[in-house]
Amino acid sequence: MKERVTGGLITGYVVLVVLALLYIYPFVIAVSGSFKTDQEANADPMALIPETFTFAAYERLFTGTDLPLWATNSFVVTIVVTVFRVFFDSLAGYALSRLRFRGRNTVFALFIAVLAVPSVVLMIPRFLVIKELGLYDTYGGMIIPLLADAAGIFIMKQFFDSIPASIEEAARIDGAGVFRTFWSVTLPMAAPALITLTILSFQGSWNEFAHFVISRQSPDLHTLTTGVGTLVSGQLGSGTQFPLKLAAAVLMTIPVAIMFFVFQKRIMSTTEGGEKG
Amino acid sequence: MGATSTAPAPRTRRGSARGGETAAGWLFTLPAILIIGVFLVAPIALALWVSFTDWNGRNSPLFNDNVEVVGLDNYAAITTDDSLTRELFGRSIRNNVYYVLFVVPLQTALALFLAVQVNRRLLRGKGFFRTAFYFPSVTSSIAITGVFLFLFASTGVVNRVLALMSVEGPNWFADPRGIIHLLLPQPPASWLEPGFLGVSAWEWIAGPSIAQCVLILLAVFTTSGTFMLLFLAGLQNIGPEIREAALMDGAGPIRSFFSITVPMLKPTLFTVLTLGLIGTWQVFDQVYLTRGTPAASTLTSPAYLAFQQAFTDNEPGIAAAIAFVLFLIIIAMTLIQRWVLADRDEPRNRRRERRRLAEGAARLQVGPTAGAGGGLT
Repeated sequence: MKERVTGGLITGYVVLVVLALLYIYPFVIAVSGSFKTDQEANADPMALIPETFTFAAYERLFTGTDLPLWATNSFVVTIVVTVFRVFFDSLAGYALSRLRFRGRNTVFALFIAVLAVPSVVLMIPRFLVIKELGLYDTYGGMIIPLLADAAGIFIMKQFFDSIPASIEEAARIDGAGVFRTFWSVTLPMAAPALITLTILSFQGSWNEFAHFVISRQSPDLHTLTTGVGTLVSGQLGSGTQFPLKLAAAVLMTIPVAIMFFVFQKRIMSTTEGGEKG
Repeated sequence: MGATSTAPAPRTRRGSARGGETAAGWLFTLPAILIIGVFLVAPIALALWVSFTDWNGRNSPLFNDNVEVVGLDNYAAITTDDSLTRELFGRSIRNNVYYVLFVVPLQTALALFLAVQVNRRLLRGKGFFRTAFYFPSVTSSIAITGVFLFLFASTGVVNRVLALMSVEGPNWFADPRGIIHLLLPQPPASWLEPGFLGVSAWEWIAGPSIAQCVLILLAVFTTSGTFMLLFLAGLQNIGPEIREAALMDGAGPIRSFFSITVPMLKPTLFTVLTLGLIGTWQVFDQVYLTRGTPAASTLTSPAYLAFQQAFTDNEPGIAAAIAFVLFLIIIAMTLIQRWVLADRDEPRNRRRERRRLAEGAARLQVGPTAGAGGGLT
C-alpha cells in the first residue's frame, strides 16, 4: 500500500529538512564560535568558518579556570552514581518482580508514590536533610541521594517481568542461592535493560545541576554543570567572552554526545521495552 | 500489577526457601528503600516541619530552643500578607503560568508533528531526522543555555537573521516587556493597583516577557525530541494498517490524522501532557543561569524563588512553604488535566500508563529540563 499523496511526502521532506537544520544549527554555530576570537564572535557570529581560527578560548579554559577539576569531579560523581544506581535499581527491580515476600506490595506502592514527587519541589527539603546529616558540601551529599531512583527501579522490574521465570528454575534446583541466581542467571539476561539504565544514569548524573547547587558550596566540589554555570551566568567582567562559554559548552557536551552516538539505536528505540501486555 | 499478587506464600515444610526469599526480598530492596526514604520521604517531613517554624537556617531546625512554631505564618507571608515576599511570589507564579501556557501546547504539538512526519513509511533518512530532533534532549541545560545566550545576544545570530529580513530584533534577554502589553494601549490607573498576590491586574495580563520567550523556545527545543519518541512508540502501536484502511475509505490525510491517529494516541498524549505540566512548573536551571540578566524579574519561577529564600535570604521556612504550595499547584494541575482528558468510556490501562510515565521521566531526567525529568523520581 503506497502513500497516496506524493506531493505531501515532498512537502513533508522540505519541512523536516528545514526543521532538522534548525535543530542542528545551534550546535554547529557553538562549535565554530568556540574557535573564534572574542571580537569576531561579537562582530560576525554567523560565520560558520572562523576567519582567524584560534584555540585561545580552550587554552583559557584550561589555564585560567578550574575546568580540569570540574571535569574530574563530574567523572567521579557520574561513574560512582551510575555503577551503584544500576546495581541498586536492578536489585530492587528484581525483588519486586521475582521474590515473594511480605511487604512487597507496600514497597512497590512506595516507589510508585515517590515516582510522582516532583524533584525540584524536593530541592529545598533535600538540602535540609543533607545539612542535618552533616553531608552538606561533601562528595557524600552530592552522590548518595542520587544512588537509587524510582523510575530506574520501575524500568528494571518491567524487564524482569518479561523474562520467563522458568529460566531460573534450573539454577534453583542446582541449589544456587537467591543472589547467585539473580547475579549469574537472570541479570545477564537483562543486559538490554541494564545498558539502557546505564546510559540514562550516566547522562542524567552528568547533566545534573540543581542537586549540586543545593548540596555543596565549595569551589573545589564544582562539577562541570555548576562550574560552567558560573561562567555562563558570570557577571560579564571583560566583555561577553562568548568563545570561552561556547568552548565550555562544547567540552561538557562531548561525553554525552559520544554516549549518544555510540548507543543511539538503543537510546532512541521506541519499541515499548519489555511490554508483554 | 499482575506480578504483585497478594496470595500468601504457601507454607512448605522446608519453610527456609520462602523464609529465605523474604529475607532476600528485604535485603534486595533495602538500599533503594534507605536512599529513597532518607533523601525523598524524610525531606518532605522535615520541610513540612520547617514550613511551620521561624527557623533562620542556623544550627538544626530540630530540638532547637531558638526555633518557634509560627503556624501558618510562612504560608501567609506568600499569600495574604501585604509584603514584598508575597509580591515576589505572585510575580513568580505569573511568570510560570505563562511559561506553562506556552511551552506545554507548543512542545506537545511540535513533538506530535515530528513523530508523525518521522514515522512515514516512505521517508528516507529516518535515523538522521530522529537523531537531529532528539540530540538536544540529551545535552546539559547549562550548555544549551550558554548557547542560547550567544544566539539571542543583542547583536547575535538571531537578530542578524531577522535583520536580513528587515526586521529589527529586540534585545532579547534584556527585554522585560510582556508580549501582551506590547499589543495593548496604556491601561486605566485602576489596573495598576496591587491585586491578587500583590501583583496588579495589568501585570497579570502582561504575557511572557520577551526574555522569557527565549526560555520558552529553549524548553520547546530541548523537550520536543523526547516527547517525539514517546509519540513514536504510541504510533508504532497503532500500526499502519488502520490508517491505510482509513485512507482507502477516502479519508484525506488531515482527516485521518484527527479522526484516527489523535484518538488512538490519546493515552500517549495523556502521558506527554502530564510530564509536560510537571516539568514546566519546575523550571529552575535556566532561571538560575539568567538571574543576572536585566529582565531576570520576569523569569523568576517559584522553584527559583524558593531557592533564593533558603540560600540568600535565610528564610528556609518561607522556602519550604513555597515548595509545598508549588507541590499543590502541580498536583492540582495534573488532576485537572486528567479530569479534562479522562476517557469515560474505557477504563485506562494503569499499568501501561505507569510504564510510559516512568520511561518518559527517566528520559527527561537525562536532559536540559532536568527539573522536568528528575521530576518524577
